[in-house]
Amino acid sequence: MASDDAEREATGDGIGEVIAGDEASEQAERDRASWQLGKSHRKVDAMERMRGVTRYTDDLKLPGMLHAKILRSPHAHARIKSIDSAAALAMPGVFAVVTGQDFKIPYGIIPWTPDENALAVDKVCHVGDGLAAIAAVDEDTANAALRAIVVEYDVLKPYFDPEEALKVRDREGTINPYSRKGNVSKHVLLEFGDIDAELQRADLVIEGDYFFEGTTHGAIEPHCALAHVDGAGVLTVWSATQVSHYLHRELAKVLELPAHKIRVIQPPLGGAFGGKSEPFDLEFVVAKLAMKTGRPVKLLYTREEVFYAHRGRHPMKMKHRTGFTKDGGLLGVDARTILDGGAYSSFGLVTTYYSGQLMCAPYVFPAYRFDSTRAYTNKPACGPKRGHGSVQPRFAMEIQLDKAAAALGLDPIELRRRNAIKAGEKTVNEFTVGSSGFLECLEKVERSSGWIEKRRDLPFGRGIGIAGSTYISGTNYPIYPNEMPQAAVQICLDRSGRARVFSGANDIGQGSNTMLAVIVSEELGIPLEDIRVLSADTDLCPVDLGAYSSRITLMVGNACLEGAQRLRRKVCASVAKRWGIPRQRVTLAGRMAIDREDPSRHVDSAQAFQWAEADHGLLGETGSYNTPKDRHGEYRGGTIGASPAYSFTAHVAEVEVDAETGLVEVKTIWIAHDCGKALSRKIVEGQIEGSTYMGFGEALMERHAVDPAHRGVHVGPSFLDYRMPTFLDTPDLEAMIVEAPDANGPYGAKEAGEGPLHSSIPAIANAIYDAVGVRLDRLPFTPQTVLAALRQREEKERAGQLAPHKPAAQTSRRSA
Amino acid sequence: MSPAAIMLSMTVNGEPVQVAAPPHWTLLEVLRYRLDLIGSKQGCDKGDCGACTVQIDGVPQLACLTLAIHAEGRAVTTVEGLGLLAGGVHPLQDAFDRHTAAQCGFCTPGILLSAEALLRKRGREVTRAEVCEALAGNLCRCTGYTKIIDAVVDASRVMAGANSQEAGRGE
Repeated sequence: MASDDAEREATGDGIGEVIAGDEASEQAERDRASWQLGKSHRKVDAMERMRGVTRYTDDLKLPGMLHAKILRSPHAHARIKSIDSAAALAMPGVFAVVTGQDFKIPYGIIPWTPDENALAVDKVCHVGDGLAAIAAVDEDTANAALRAIVVEYDVLKPYFDPEEALKVRDREGTINPYSRKGNVSKHVLLEFGDIDAELQRADLVIEGDYFFEGTTHGAIEPHCALAHVDGAGVLTVWSATQVSHYLHRELAKVLELPAHKIRVIQPPLGGAFGGKSEPFDLEFVVAKLAMKTGRPVKLLYTREEVFYAHRGRHPMKMKHRTGFTKDGGLLGVDARTILDGGAYSSFGLVTTYYSGQLMCAPYVFPAYRFDSTRAYTNKPACGPKRGHGSVQPRFAMEIQLDKAAAALGLDPIELRRRNAIKAGEKTVNEFTVGSSGFLECLEKVERSSGWIEKRRDLPFGRGIGIAGSTYISGTNYPIYPNEMPQAAVQICLDRSGRARVFSGANDIGQGSNTMLAVIVSEELGIPLEDIRVLSADTDLCPVDLGAYSSRITLMVGNACLEGAQRLRRKVCASVAKRWGIPRQRVTLAGRMAIDREDPSRHVDSAQAFQWAEADHGLLGETGSYNTPKDRHGEYRGGTIGASPAYSFTAHVAEVEVDAETGLVEVKTIWIAHDCGKALSRKIVEGQIEGSTYMGFGEALMERHAVDPAHRGVHVGPSFLDYRMPTFLDTPDLEAMIVEAPDANGPYGAKEAGEGPLHSSIPAIANAIYDAVGVRLDRLPFTPQTVLAALRQREEKERAGQLAPHKPAAQTSRRSA
Repeated sequence: MSPAAIMLSMTVNGEPVQVAAPPHWTLLEVLRYRLDLIGSKQGCDKGDCGACTVQIDGVPQLACLTLAIHAEGRAVTTVEGLGLLAGGVHPLQDAFDRHTAAQCGFCTPGILLSAEALLRKRGREVTRAEVCEALAGNLCRCTGYTKIIDAVVDASRVMAGANSQEAGRGE
C-alpha cells in the first residue's frame, strides 16, 4: 500500500490515484479504528436456526426420496464368505441393495493410507463395520430388509489390545486388509539434540506412565447424507461434512465419476469436533443407491452408528522421561507412545506425528525424542477429535511439569514461566513460533483465580492446578500435496450497498460464516445484515480445504481480507475521485463512505458502490491464501505440526475432592487463551468455553471403549452410557481472551477452536493432586480411580513412606 | 410394510391439525415427516439428548419418546411456534442471539422450549441454578452451557421488566 505503483496495481486502472496520498493519510488509513473487530455480533445464521427454519441434512426432503440403512457386522473380526440379499430385494418397498462389491476402490482421507472401503469387501474389522446397504421407501422397510440379508461369516480372532496386535506377524491376524506391515499402522521416531546426554546431566528426571482412554466427539447431530442424480447426470451429495472438498475428491475416486459431475453441498451442520472430517460409508452408499435407483436416497445414522463410526480420540499409552535442572529449567523430553488406532487409518498417520511434534511449545528445551507407534486393532477406527493427537501427550507433559515443580519446591506457574518460548523463537523440532501471549495467559489465570492465596490456604480436599498448552492455526500443508492456495474467497458488491461472499469453508457451528461477514463488514463499512455468506457448495464456491486443524479464521480469513481490501480500494478510489481528495482520506463505516478529515462529507454505501461499479465495472474480487513455507525443518515429517501461527493457552482449575466418595467437583476453571486477535468477541469466548467444557468431560466422565469380554461391542453406545456433562455437571468457566497479534493472521488473528481444550485436563489432574495428594495418570477421573489412589496414598502414609498431604489444615482430614 | 395409518387430531402451534400416521410412530416422526416441522431434531431417538423437546399442553416433553397418539387432542408447541407466543421473535430467541448462545444450533430448539416453560412458570427473573436444573435434560456439545445460561437469565430479566411495565399500564 505504500507506493503509488502498488495502489495503481490494486485498483487496476489508476482511478482515484490522481491525487497522491500523503504519509499522514497513509498512516491514518493503517491506524483507523476498527468499527467491527473485537465486538460482539449476532451471528449471521443463528436466528433462523433458533426459529426452526434452517434445514440441516436430515431436514432435507426431495420428491420420491428413499431411505437407506447399512447392515453392520456383529463380529469384531471375520471374513465375509457370502452375502445373500435375494430375500431382501424381493420385499415390497425395497429398491436396491449394495455391498462391498460395489465399492472395490479403497479410499482414505490421507492419500498415503487408503485402507478402507465404503462397504467391507472381503472382511469386517470391527463390530459395526458396514457390509451391505438397502434403499427402501422408509426406514422401517429398510431395517426389515437388512434383517432379511443372509451373511455367512468366517469368524477370526479379534485383537483389542494394541500391544498384542503389534506382535502379530501372520496374514490371518493382520487386521486391516491393506496393511503390509502386520498391525503396525504407523511408526514415527524423531530425535532432536542429544536427549540421552541431557537426561544424564539433569539434576532431576521425572518418569511417568500415563494412559489416556479413548473418547468420542458426541456431536448432537448424527451423520446424515442425501444423494440425488439429476436429469443432466450430475450427482449432488448433501452431507453433514467438515470437508466438502476432500469428500468431493473421494466420491469421484470411489464412484469412478469425474469430479465435475459431482456437487457436494454441506447444509448447516449440528456439531462435528473432528468427527465429520473425512468421508464416511453413508456418503458413498447414498450416492451409489441414488445412481442405481434413479431416486434421491437419504441415510441418517442412528446414535449407535455414530459411536461405531467413531474416528475419535486415540487411546494412548505414554511413557515420558523429562529432565530438569534444579532451577526448573527444562532440559529434554523422551517419550514413547502406543496409539490404539482401531481398524482403519483415518488421519492416523498425522496423529502419530502429532503425538510428538506438538509438544515443543509453549516451553523451550534443547533435546527431544519421541517414538510413537500406531497399531491397528479390531475396534472402530480412531481419528481426529478436537486437539487431534496432542491432547493426550499434553496431559502427560503438564503432569510431568507439575511433578517436577513439587520435587523442586517451585511454584508450578513459575516453573512454566521460566521455560516459556518467546515470540519468533524456533522450537527444538524446528517450528517457528510467531507471536506468543503465553506469559500473559499465565499471568491472567494466576490473578483471576487467586492462585497465590489458594495455593497457600486451601485445606485438604480442595485444590488448585495449572497447565499450559499450544496449538496450530491450520496445518502448513494440505492433505494432498499441491501448490495451489489453501483458501480462496470471492466477494461481490451490489448496487444496493450489499455484499455476497462465496467461500468453500465449512461452517460447523464455530461461526466461520460470521467471521467472513465481520471481515467484509470491517473493510467495506456495511453492517453484517447487509452481507450474505454462501458457503460450502462445490458448484458455487471456490475450493476450501475444510474445517479441520483450526485453519479457517487464519487461512480463509486472510483470503477474505485480501479480496475485501481490493474492493475497499476500488470503492474508496471512486469516492475520492468525485470528492477530489486522496483515496486514503476516504473511510468506510456505518453504511457510509466518509471523508476522514471532514466527516460531514459522506455518502451512503449504495451510492459509493454504484460509483465504483460505474468506474470499475462489476465489483467482484477474489482473495487467496497460501502458507509461508519457511516455518519448519527439512527433515522427514518436519512439515507435520508446522503452522503459520500457534495459539497459546493456560488453564487453572479449582476442585473439591470428597475423600470418602472419590467424587471430584470442579468448582471453577479459569482459561486464558491467546488467539492473536479476537475478530468477534463472543464467538471466540464460545470456542474457549466449549473447548474447556469438552476437556472437562474427558477428564471426569467420558469413556469410549469396547468390551473384549463381549466380543468387542461398544460398552455403551448411547448418550445415557457415554456420559457427557450436562448443565448440572459443568463448572463455572471464566474465559479470558489474550491478544498477541500474529503477522501471519488476518488482523493478527490465530485459532481458538481447539487450543483451549488441551490444558483443561491436566489442570484438573494437577488440582486433584493439590487437593488430596494423589496423581491420577489415567482418564477419566472417576470416583473409583480417585478412591483407589487415595487408599494407596493412605497406606504409604501409614507406612511412613509419605508425609500427610496438607497436614496444616485446621479442619479434619475428612472434611469435605 | 408399515401397519395401516390412523388419523390423529391435535393442535400444533395454535393450529388444529389432522394427520395420518402409522400408530407406532412417535410425535417426533409425525412432526418431522408428516407436518414438515423440522425444527425439533432427532439427536438420539431414545430420550437421552433432549434435542427433540417440544411442549405438550405447555409442559416440556421428549417427542422421540412420546407416541403420536398420546398427543391426540392436545396442544403441541414446537420451536416454530415460539415466536407466535411473543408476536414475532421470542425474548429467549433474541437473548440467545445477543449472547451467541447458539453455536451449531442443533440443541437450541429443545433448549428454548425447556427454557420457555421455566420462565413462564416462574414469571420472574430466574437464577443460574434454576436454569441449570430446568435444562439438565438438554445436552449441548458446543457451548459449555455458559452463554446459554447467560441468555436465559437475561431473557427472564427482560420478560420480568416487560411484565411489570404492562402491569403498570393496566392500573
